[in-house]
Amino acid sequence: MKIFVCIKRVPDTSEAEVKIDATGKDVDSSKFSFDINDADNYAVEEAILIKEAKGGKVKIVSLGDQESDLMIRMALAKGGDSAIRVEDPRINVKDPLKVAKVLAAAIKQEEFDLVLTGCMASDDGQMAVGVALAEELGVPHAAMVKKVEVEEGKVRAYRELEGGLSEVVEITLPAVLTIQTGINEPRYAPIRGVRAAQKKELKVLTLDDLKLDEKEVNEESSLVELEKLFVPEVVSRAEIIEGEPEEKAEILANKLLKGGIL
Amino acid sequence: MGDVFVLAEHRRGEMREITFEMLTKAQEIASAIGGETVAVLIGSSVDTFAERLAAYCDKVLYIDDPLFADYNSDKYQIVLGKLIQDYKPELLMVGHTTQGVDMAPALAVELNLPFVTDVVDIIIDNGKLKPVRQYYSGKVNALFNFKGEPPYLITVREASFEAADGSKQGQIQKIDFPLKEDLDYRRFVEYVEAEVGDVDITQSEILVAVGRGLKEEKNLSIAEELAKAINADLCGSRAATDAGWLPHDRQVGTSGKTVKPKLYIALGISGAFQHLAGIKGAKTIVAINKDPEAPIFNEADYGIVDDLFKVVPKLTEKIKELKG
Ligand SMILES: Cc1cc2nc3c(=O)[nH]c(=O)nc-3n(C[C@H](O)[C@H](O)[C@H](O)COP(=O)(O)OP(=O)(O)OC[C@H]3O[C@@H](n4cnc5c(N)ncnc54)[C@H](O)[C@@H]3O)c2cc1C
Ligand SMILES: Nc1ncnc2c1ncn2[C@@H]1O[C@H](COP(=O)(O)O)[C@@H](O)[C@H]1O
Repeated sequence: MKIFVCIKRVPDTSEAEVKIDATGKDVDSSKFSFDINDADNYAVEEAILIKEAKGGKVKIVSLGDQESDLMIRMALAKGGDSAIRVEDPRINVKDPLKVAKVLAAAIKQEEFDLVLTGCMASDDGQMAVGVALAEELGVPHAAMVKKVEVEEGKVRAYRELEGGLSEVVEITLPAVLTIQTGINEPRYAPIRGVRAAQKKELKVLTLDDLKLDEKEVNEESSLVELEKLFVPEVVSRAEIIEGEPEEKAEILANKLLKGGIL
Repeated sequence: MGDVFVLAEHRRGEMREITFEMLTKAQEIASAIGGETVAVLIGSSVDTFAERLAAYCDKVLYIDDPLFADYNSDKYQIVLGKLIQDYKPELLMVGHTTQGVDMAPALAVELNLPFVTDVVDIIIDNGKLKPVRQYYSGKVNALFNFKGEPPYLITVREASFEAADGSKQGQIQKIDFPLKEDLDYRRFVEYVEAEVGDVDITQSEILVAVGRGLKEEKNLSIAEELAKAINADLCGSRAATDAGWLPHDRQVGTSGKTVKPKLYIALGISGAFQHLAGIKGAKTIVAINKDPEAPIFNEADYGIVDDLFKVVPKLTEKIKELKG
């Protein structure tokens, strides 16, 4: 099995303040800490598990700047065999359809059986790149997969639906699956692997290497454009309890017990 | 021209609420730009759905064929691709649901459509449609313009619009499916039910919910102590169940359970929309989170902005004291 895994470096903004910058079209990301997107981490693990069970090679693909190399090396340390990073300032990385086009061009250079992506990148939350990628590659897909069974020439994918229900679909290979979090238990990179990863191939490619015309993937070519970013209207109706931690705890305990809530 | 198409969503004999939410917004858009609202219904033995939908739109276009007994993205893509080319609507709205996100991006690529996902609002500005979506789990909103020509395609987040009552008498029109055989490259096999656990949290009166802010499994004891003191069951965000701190049947949200306790205490949960969707029915929501911007505070009745490791043990202690 030749498996490609698409991974993206994303900021962890769960505890960070997100400020819109002076352009009004981007956020100030100087204080964010970055790492591999959560779902992509599970996709890497799933690819390695399939390789361990069926044999084959796992190739990591990422569209991003040089700072993504650390994340890519970690994926190689866990068991990836080689990697491609695409970097070109002409690409409109905010447009999921352009990202899919670029990733498809990188993957199409070689033969493949399976492509795994995350089901959603936590920063942009598009949930679009994986399924768009399948269409670009002209192969079947299944999105939001939380269990995979690889058979001869096909896979059974358990798609997670609303409310905990799942749907089993059978699709022929080659195919694209978008992986949902929780599908496995991502391993930590072993020290030995980290050293070995430094020697594994990591190719950096541009649009020219991929033989893509910039007019297909630049900002001009996008069919939607961002007018502006703005801070969502605060609809909070919460009563915020102030004070020292202990006071807050006491006030809340009183409200719950004496306010008839408990 | 100017028509707004809505893909009707249904599963196992039930229409899904998102359909009516989209139709309500579609009506507003169609009125503003001078078009009709059209519900597209694809299924098998769905006459009653067609009749019901007719109350919410000007026209129902529907395919009724055993080939569509179960949802299949690829077949939907073929049908919608043909309808778009035949009818050239201004806008096609599809749910940002497990059905919609499995299909819409491929359709957008195939037909090169201007495409925006996870839309939470659509602003009509001088007859122009401007979708709004979010970045960074709801911390920033983004207003978009369509640059290309219609048809435009969007996926719409659940519960973004309120479903109105249907009082129209739309026309119902059956259409032929352009494909006559099942696809050989993607086949629906079966549904697998959610696992059932020891506690049914959908029935719990009081819930203590934990999220990634708990940091490690061993810290679960802090939440357990609180739960014990107030006779609550434990549940969690997806981050907590993915990490294995709690079994999957304790997950609250779109892909987990919808709960309706009289009290829901969220500890270290940011309040992603997928999580919030599961707690809309809670009577009182308390959130303890150290990030003042966490979206959970938009949904909460009482909030404490602080370190849960400092507050929660004290809260448990005070409650025990007060209870005597
Ligand atoms: C298709 C799909 C379906 C999904 N379905 C669901 C679902 O059903 N349910 C669900 O929950 N999620 C679901 N998700 C995931 C969802 O998008 C979020 O990723 C998830 O809800 C985040 O969980 P969290 O709030 O625990 O973690 P985070 O978003 O990481 O938030 C952790 C919070 O803890 C706070 N915190 C950290 N340390 C402390 C401290 N010491 N004291 C106090 N607060 C602290 C932080 O400020 C932060 O707000 C789904 C995602 C997808 C793509
Ligand atoms: N820049 C990128 N490089 C590599 N993979 C990406 C990139 N952007 C998105 N992806 C993949 O597409 C998935 C879905 O992203 P999105 O559609 O943006 O939510 C991610 O989980 C990644 O696997």
